[in-house]
Amino acid sequence: MAIAKTTLKFPDFSLSPHIDQVGVEERASRFTKRSIKKDSKMNGLKLVLNMIDLTTLEGKDTDGKVKQLCYKAMHPHDAITGIPTVAAICVYPTMVKVAKKALGNSGIKVASVATAFPSGQAPKEVKIRDTKFAVNEGADEVDMVISRGKFHSGEYNFVFDEIAAIKEACGEARLKVILETGELGTLDKVRRASDIAMHAGADFIKTSTGKIQPAATMPVTLVMLEAIRDHYYKTGKMIGMKPAGGISKSKLALHYLVMVKEVLGEDWLNNEWFRFGASSLANDVLMQIVKEKTGLYQSANYFSVD
Amino acid sequence: MPVAKKKNTVKKNNTLKLKFDTSWSYDPAPESKSAATINKQYDLFINGEWQKPVSKKYFNTINPATEEKLSEVADANAADVDKAVKAAKNAYEKVWKKMPAKERAKYVFRIARIIQERARELAIIETLDGGKPIKESRDFDIPTAANHFFYYAGWADKLEYAFPNRKTEPLGVAGQIIPWNFPLLMAAWKIAPAIATGNTVVLKSAETTPLTSLKLAEIIQEADLPPGVVNIITGAGSTGAAIVNHPDVNKIAFTGSTDVGKIIQRAIAGTDKKATLELGGKAANIIFEDAPIDQAVEGVINGIFFNQGHVCCAGSRLYVQESVAKEVIRKLKDRLESLIVGDPMDKNTDIGAINSKSQLDIIHKYIGIGKKEGAEMYESSCRLPGKGFFCRPTLFTNVAQSNRIAQEEIFGPVLAILTFRTEDEVIEKANNSPYGLSAGVWTDKGSKIFNMTKRMRAGVVWANTFNKFDPTSPFGGYKESGFGREGGLHGLLPYLNLQNI
Repeated sequence: MAIAKTTLKFPDFSLSPHIDQVGVEERASRFTKRSIKKDSKMNGLKLVLNMIDLTTLEGKDTDGKVKQLCYKAMHPHDAITGIPTVAAICVYPTMVKVAKKALGNSGIKVASVATAFPSGQAPKEVKIRDTKFAVNEGADEVDMVISRGKFHSGEYNFVFDEIAAIKEACGEARLKVILETGELGTLDKVRRASDIAMHAGADFIKTSTGKIQPAATMPVTLVMLEAIRDHYYKTGKMIGMKPAGGISKSKLALHYLVMVKEVLGEDWLNNEWFRFGASSLANDVLMQIVKEKTGLYQSANYFSVD
Repeated sequence: MPVAKKKNTVKKNNTLKLKFDTSWSYDPAPESKSAATINKQYDLFINGEWQKPVSKKYFNTINPATEEKLSEVADANAADVDKAVKAAKNAYEKVWKKMPAKERAKYVFRIARIIQERARELAIIETLDGGKPIKESRDFDIPTAANHFFYYAGWADKLEYAFPNRKTEPLGVAGQIIPWNFPLLMAAWKIAPAIATGNTVVLKSAETTPLTSLKLAEIIQEADLPPGVVNIITGAGSTGAAIVNHPDVNKIAFTGSTDVGKIIQRAIAGTDKKATLELGGKAANIIFEDAPIDQAVEGVINGIFFNQGHVCCAGSRLYVQESVAKEVIRKLKDRLESLIVGDPMDKNTDIGAINSKSQLDIIHKYIGIGKKEGAEMYESSCRLPGKGFFCRPTLFTNVAQSNRIAQEEIFGPVLAILTFRTEDEVIEKANNSPYGLSAGVWTDKGSKIFNMTKRMRAGVVWANTFNKFDPTSPFGGYKESGFGREGGLHGLLPYLNLQNI
């Protein structure tokens, strides 16, 4: 009996719940029917802005670019008072030090992608070193990618072990696990990958790298939120959620917020447990906030492009 | 605002609870009433014009969400019914029967178009008069009503293809009596196939929800339909009885309670009147352990709480396989908390007002019976408006097959949950009902779906979905849920005599 107890630490992931795509899409579209007006719109927009991981993940990233983005993170739009900052800056490991210094003690986190982002096609040792480098440079959060190839070959233990190893390498840093749902093919697999990541030690599960289409969608995010809810009921452990890529308009972001509210409720409605991975969303949110305050839409030229 | 400090606390399973009463909430988003006009008083629509009732009587129709009077409508008596039937008979003999089918189709098509054009107004009135959420009248009732007219407009001149090698002939005057749960949609279900096939109509709308039928009369006038082809009258049970008993009515189409259906059957026994009856139901919604659970839960919610549960095919008996019962019930309870109950005119409302005080009393009576029978009641913690007729979404667990709440139609937002072990057992239990209108099956296994659909005695069996309606798909019951089919090609048949050529 004792043996059985120790070997059965995590479930058989091939038995993850079935997902019916038609049903998920129908449910997801119901969230978009909520009408968000007046104060609820303003409060929602501020909440969205405060949940953004402002992201730059380009080959041509430089210190200068990252510094400018960090300033934007701290001062999204100083022309208006009472605007919150974003949650974090998301950069490549080599840019972590620059970002950390630029953000100072603003409280804004630095998240670093790691593990041979975005493909994840590198040996485990390289991925661990990549992660440790980012953490040593000062990253508060690590966004790793799973090995989708191994996942598709059914090597769930490999995927699990890799996540667990990266989690260990993270130390105090919070680990976000990117499933790259656009490469997984079915919602059944999205659910399975979510379960593996959560059991292996993810603090957050994240949809996409932003490099593959489709990136985040509402149905995919719904499946992941429901996986988080089931995991919470099973283990008592809260896991965060980060849809990333493809969310560039405020209205869509508010629909995501509705989804979080109605699937997970109050505890997840803050930037400790929910993030948007986005680069252009912030300006659209700012534009809407200004519109709500003044009644007029300003041209995009009034909002800084970083 | 920096990121809050990470909490590393892991709570014990039995104390876990998701909090849906969130600090970020939705402000009211009411639809404007100004887009709809409601007259102070409505007469009867007979022979293409508005006629004062012979009875000289009118009755009030109220908004069940506020209990305020909306309008007053004529109370047709037997003399009024006689006028309407005569007008219909005259129009049938002199105009409609003789008109080329492709010309008839144009009128039906025109009605569909005007319903679409006036969709917003119709949706608002449907919600004000009946209490259903504006979201549902806007996205379901009105578009589906228009679609029925479109669909049957297409059949009008193609009947020889619908029934090859047969000659088709209309029946004459159809007396149609509709319920209060989907007022305009039921009018469309009845009128569209009847007039497309060459019959003329006397339609009586339900006592509590006459307004959209009267709006439809305005639309029919606007569409320039020949006078008398469609006559729309208002009244209560006695008006309906006068239609059923009128000797010049050739066909009765009724949607409503099984009790009234039985009265109609007795009344027309021995006459040559044809009938279609669409009556009550107590649909079994069945969740197997291999089902996509979250989507099944959503389907169950949609199945019982759609239109406050005022749906004859509502999935009011839930059968869950025991191995997943705990999980399903927990998820249902969580989902109940995120349903928004309140002002039907608010675009965010999921569950509106109960249609009438008397219906609310019936629902409360059954909730009392359920508690007395020893079932465990759970209801949403939502706040109800102070005025109007409202009921919290409710579910009962620990229900037995012998409980009245598992056997009788409640017609409200009340779900009875039972468990089962095997496929054979659940088929037997699901079929163990005097009703047989609809059923739902939730499983990931295709072969199981086909086995179930073959053995379930229900007019419609939905697989991995529920409450889906389409004009192309026939709808109707087994056993005490009635007979005859509405919708689809099958829906033409009850309005035609077929002769061999």
